[in-house]
Amino acid sequence: MNRKLILVTALILAMPLSLQAGAISDLQANYQAKGAGPFSAVAGEKLWSKSFTDAKSGKMRNCTTCHTADLTKLGKHVRTGKVIEPMAVSVNAKRFTEVKKIKKWFVRNCKWTFGRECTAQEKGDFLAFFSSL
Amino acid sequence: MNHKTLVISLLISAVMLSISGTAMSDDDYERGGFLNRWFGDSKPGVAPVENPYYLEECGSCHFAYQPGLLPARSWSKLMAGLDDHFGENAELPAEDAKILEDYLVGNSADKSNHKRSKKIMKRMPSTDTPLRITETRYFIKKHDELSRNMVQGNPQVESISRCDSCHKQAAKGSFEEDEIEIPGFGRWEDD
Repeated sequence: MNRKLILVTALILAMPLSLQAGAISDLQANYQAKGAGPFSAVAGEKLWSKSFTDAKSGKMRNCTTCHTADLTKLGKHVRTGKVIEPMAVSVNAKRFTEVKKIKKWFVRNCKWTFGRECTAQEKGDFLAFFSSL
Repeated sequence: MNHKTLVISLLISAVMLSISGTAMSDDDYERGGFLNRWFGDSKPGVAPVENPYYLEECGSCHFAYQPGLLPARSWSKLMAGLDDHFGENAELPAEDAKILEDYLVGNSADKSNHKRSKKIMKRMPSTDTPLRITETRYFIKKHDELSRNMVQGNPQVESISRCDSCHKQAAKGSFEEDEIEIPGFGRWEDD
């Protein structure tokens, strides 16, 4: 009885993690089918800290501006002041559980920060980086 | 008292009551004097947002502005340019954008019978298609007593676009003067 209870509890607690693992691995499999991979958290982290110049304004843009360099911490939207929940999977169980949501933010934020969509390789590396934290 | 006196005093009461309704401050006009509330068909403030998808998508970065704050033509123009949404990229898959646009256009200021929506439209030339609520004539007039150090220079506010910083019931569609609290300055005292 006790063992069963522990097992069931453990399975339930593992669910959010498996949902994250599910969405991330689904997307990475998708990217691999397009010829990308293997994915590297180190490469993801490098890209995260890289600055890009916005063609229109001439200003520098960087992921850390809103999300900060420490992904276990809260971020803040630089214009609206809106608080952004941590990206790190280890502190935020809700992160990266929905493929649609991940795709949406990749489109928006890559275009805004890099001036273009991220490649399948870059996205896979980012996801490896986020799940390593 | 006799019949004549009764009729006259009733008439005077009715006149006094209706005068007091119109003599109230501009803000109370949006709430409506009691005669208006009894007999008028306008609802107070702005219709609150009850669409959870709109709240989630359009409230994820900023205050979820009620559709009743701009006319349909403004919302359509805004939704057609999400890739450059006031300098940000707010792109969405076409079918999702359509759901949101339908909601906005269906509940826009020019379709609403809420008092503030009506006032916004009344003061907006039909040739104007403002994208910013803060650039509508009604909004500008209502906020013309604010100083920079209350808003732009105020680290707890920073931008006049952040309605809920001061309007504590904004999320409910209510922007009454007695609900205002400017961080660092306190409640709004009208002289």
